Amino acid sequence: MEFEFFSPAFILLIAAVLICLVKGHARTAVVLIAPIITLWAIWQVPDGVQSTVKFLSYNIEPVEGSPLRRLFATIFAIMVFVGGLYSFRIARWYELAAAFAYAAGAIGVCFAGDLITMFLYWEMMAIFSTVVVWCGGTPGARAAGIRYAIMHLLGGVVLKVGIEGVVVGTGSIQIQPMLATDFSTWMILIGILINAAAPPVSAWLADAYPESTPTGSVFLSAFTTKTAVLALILLFPGEPVLIGIGLFMVMYGIIFALLENDVRRILAYSVVNQVGFMVVAVGIGTEMALNGATAHAFAHIIYKALLFMSAGVVIYRTGKNKCMELGGLFRTMPVTCVCGIIGALAISSFPLTSGFTTKSMISQAAVDGNLVWVYMALTAASAGVFLHAGIKFPWFVFFQKDSGLRPKDAPWNMGLAMVIFASLCILLGVFPEILYALLPYPVDYQPYSIGKVLFYLQLLLFSGLAFFVLLPLMKRTMTISLDTDWFWRRAAVYVFKIIERIFSSVGEVIGQQRIRLQNFLHIIAVRYLGQPHTTDSRERGVFARSWPVGTTALWIAALLSVYVLLYYL
Amino acid sequence: MNDEKQLHWLVRPSTIRNLWIGSSIVLALVVLAQTVFYVKGYFGFDAWFGFGAIYGFVSCLVMVLVAKLLGLVLKRPVDYYDEPQDEQNLNSSHDKLKESNNGV
Repeated sequence: MEFEFFSPAFILLIAAVLICLVKGHARTAVVLIAPIITLWAIWQVPDGVQSTVKFLSYNIEPVEGSPLRRLFATIFAIMVFVGGLYSFRIARWYELAAAFAYAAGAIGVCFAGDLITMFLYWEMMAIFSTVVVWCGGTPGARAAGIRYAIMHLLGGVVLKVGIEGVVVGTGSIQIQPMLATDFSTWMILIGILINAAAPPVSAWLADAYPESTPTGSVFLSAFTTKTAVLALILLFPGEPVLIGIGLFMVMYGIIFALLENDVRRILAYSVVNQVGFMVVAVGIGTEMALNGATAHAFAHIIYKALLFMSAGVVIYRTGKNKCMELGGLFRTMPVTCVCGIIGALAISSFPLTSGFTTKSMISQAAVDGNLVWVYMALTAASAGVFLHAGIKFPWFVFFQKDSGLRPKDAPWNMGLAMVIFASLCILLGVFPEILYALLPYPVDYQPYSIGKVLFYLQLLLFSGLAFFVLLPLMKRTMTISLDTDWFWRRAAVYVFKIIERIFSSVGEVIGQQRIRLQNFLHIIAVRYLGQPHTTDSRERGVFARSWPVGTTALWIAALLSVYVLLYYL
Repeated sequence: MNDEKQLHWLVRPSTIRNLWIGSSIVLALVVLAQTVFYVKGYFGFDAWFGFGAIYGFVSCLVMVLVAKLLGLVLKRPVDYYDEPQDEQNLNSSHDKLKESNNGV
């Protein structure tokens, strides 16, 4: 098959349509086979631009291959397969269809050769991910979905403004490295960063993802933010602003996850935290750093989806999503518990897991760039990740106290999906060469040395000690934490209310004056024109009275004389 | 003892005590191992004895305390954002009260 015009994304799009049309086993077959065909197609795309189409005097490049693009598309396709396996039995057909179209958008962005194609797929992701959020089906999901859609469509507009600016400025719609130097490049950067959940709008992620269904959040966790990371690697490698933004995201994710009570919201904040690592790496911008960002994105999608899957099984089986209501589930959910712990160890970059072999590349890049503070912050953040996701998540869900809940373990398909991803976490941790061989730049990096393993063990194990020592301080409360979304969920409402009040009081004053004016005119009218509908002539106004004929004749005579006088003058 | 038997083996007080002892030993070993194995520091100070352990513990302590302090400012009841609906309910119940008063 030729992939000149035919992006592998189309396979998933067709599958999304088929999911709507067919039922039963046929639908299951589509859900499971389409991602495998997509994966095959992704590896058929050769390097370089495959074709150019002239459209409105622009050279559109629908498909462009490179190792970096293929690697992101590969993990997206794997994610769709395992996510489909996880969800095909309990997810509604429209959720699966939306998730597949959403993934098609993500894979389309991977192979987009120009900014216009990228923008189209970008918007497709925004639309279908909103549908996935709405599939949560609760009033909360509906409201969160609307906020999510507004945020992403706004991000799309900002991105589009930037793209137009670049096209007008340079005449080129090529995807090529740039720096945020002028208005239009800043707009592109901001548009992408909105999707990466960068400050000050990080709140959309923790607002929307936990409102979706247990299966929907697995898909949501994978695509939007990681596509943004890919776009940053392609467009803004070495943009120094990103280091600061990324470090903020890393710390923000940890602090807010520590405050959180909702299980999936903890994981959502840790998505921001992990994407922060990748954003820092793109900001450093060396080959080592970009390799690190790519590898970390690859590993992150696997373990984050694994964590969302294990949380999803718990929510599916118990119907509860608050740390306070859960606990002690390890007794009856061994598979979910073990897979959750493996995911938690991987996200904390424990040695022998995929997190260790990929995240340490980013730290190494900071060392190579002699960025002491960045390195120290990333190291502290690694400890913090173990604290908020590595221990907090499994502890509060599976251990903690006996909540009295005795749910069944995961259904076979969900269990299998988790086991696949858990094995991948360990496989990439033990044999990192498999992933290193696929990275965009040649890798000359040894993840394992005794000294480094020892250092990380000290760091992580003592973070664990800190967790249990400080446990009294981490007592969960039935609360939510205010985030920047307060500004658009509350402050904006207040501002609107104040404006409304101003307008209504102005309207009131105008109304009063109008009534006064009306009364005044009424009095005048009554005086001169008389009361309507009265038969008594004495009560009528001056002009409405009936006058004797003689008076009229006198007036006419007077007027005529004046006229004659004027005529002769 | 009978009580303890009924618990899952993992949550028996004796197991938990053993886990604490075991993990303390592991923690001590991980630090002491630095006397045998050389930890290559990148910036000098990170090769100090037990640096990873102290840095990990202290940064977690700081993060938890910062989170705790922020929590004092930022934490709100779960239904914080649902309030507009509550206001409506409040108003309607208020109206009902008025109505019933009028009725009386």
